[in-house]
Amino acid sequence: MEVIHPTDLDEALAALAAHPEAVLLAGGTDLMVEVNFDQIRPEKVILLRRLAELQDVSRQRIGAGVTFRRLESGDHQALAQLARTIGSPQIRAAGTLGGNIGTASPAGDALPFLAGLDAEIELSSKDGTRRVRWDRFFLGVKQTALRPGELITAVILPTDLPDCQEFAKIGQRSAMVISIASACVFRWRDGRTRVAMGSVGPTPIRARQAEEMMSAESNPGPAALQEFARLVSEEVRPISDHRGTADYRRHASGVLARRLLERCLAK
Amino acid sequence: MRVQLTVNGESRSFDTKGSESLLFALREYLRLTGSKGACEQGECGSCSVVLDGNLVCSCLVMAVDAAGSEVLTVEGLGGSELHPVQKALIETGAVQCGFCTPGFVVAAAELLKETLSPSPEDIREELAGNICRCTGYGAILRGIETLVGEA
Repeated sequence: MEVIHPTDLDEALAALAAHPEAVLLAGGTDLMVEVNFDQIRPEKVILLRRLAELQDVSRQRIGAGVTFRRLESGDHQALAQLARTIGSPQIRAAGTLGGNIGTASPAGDALPFLAGLDAEIELSSKDGTRRVRWDRFFLGVKQTALRPGELITAVILPTDLPDCQEFAKIGQRSAMVISIASACVFRWRDGRTRVAMGSVGPTPIRARQAEEMMSAESNPGPAALQEFARLVSEEVRPISDHRGTADYRRHASGVLARRLLERCLAK
Repeated sequence: MRVQLTVNGESRSFDTKGSESLLFALREYLRLTGSKGACEQGECGSCSVVLDGNLVCSCLVMAVDAAGSEVLTVEGLGGSELHPVQKALIETGAVQCGFCTPGFVVAAAELLKETLSPSPEDIREELAGNICRCTGYGAILRGIETLVGEA
């Protein structure tokens, strides 16, 4: 196995251009499971863990190499909330935002956050940088728009951030679970509401009818909340698997989204 | 590939064959068998070590990626004496088969270093990544709780 240990981002991008087939290693929490179970035998590895350029965090731009441990205490409430639900302390100290995005699991816990905020993924290669909005980036189960020679370098968030953001997920225990369903709800003071659901479709799902309906409600009562939950349940596209049935996920999606919205309304 | 790193304060080196984990290298190349291999997927915490100041599962660290790093394993925790966490677990009889113990010891020692007075809930939350296959959590948690506030 050939190991490439770039000391800065330019070196990493040059290495990736020369070896587009190389495996990228940051936190290792996904890759090393495959390695340990002999599902993958990397021939070339590019080490990213210590690249300083991927560690920068500002309000609008979060470096791809930032670990969930760091995000636990960040500016964005829903991002901090979801970071705290990921794996265990050991996993959060290693796993990165960029890794969660690159793996593009339907259950990736950061994905609803990105979807709800219409975040862009910053992709860099030797030839430059482009930004791809989440819905053009996540193409299917573990399928993304990342091209050979490209590296996820950051997440770009909009300047118009919501006044309330809430995340929650459902799993069998509160640690080390893969989400059965997850939800991010965002609400602005002017009523604008966004809902993004995870683990209930191949890619994150925006419940746009529920958003439209709730954005017109300045002081929603029980009937509006019930209709909101119903619309969310209708808009998700879950499957049945060993973690939960499609029916359960559909029901849980509405309950989760409604509960998070209620938290925002109570503020 | 030759990997040079600091383990428990000492400069150590080993040759890797490929993509083996830091856990494998610690146990097989450096003969530090305190860290245990069980699930090999970051679920159980029995391989917990401190890598450059972060508590991680050494089974999920590629050994070559630890080059130049500082690693603390259970063997390096107490020096010539037992670490307070180890003493506390002995006193509360918190060891059944013992396989999870090194991981719990490293994780708990790290928690007590980071947080001065963790509540019982904090301790449960922070040790969520360590699994005891004997389900002996009661004694483990009681042992760790006896140390709170003693630092």
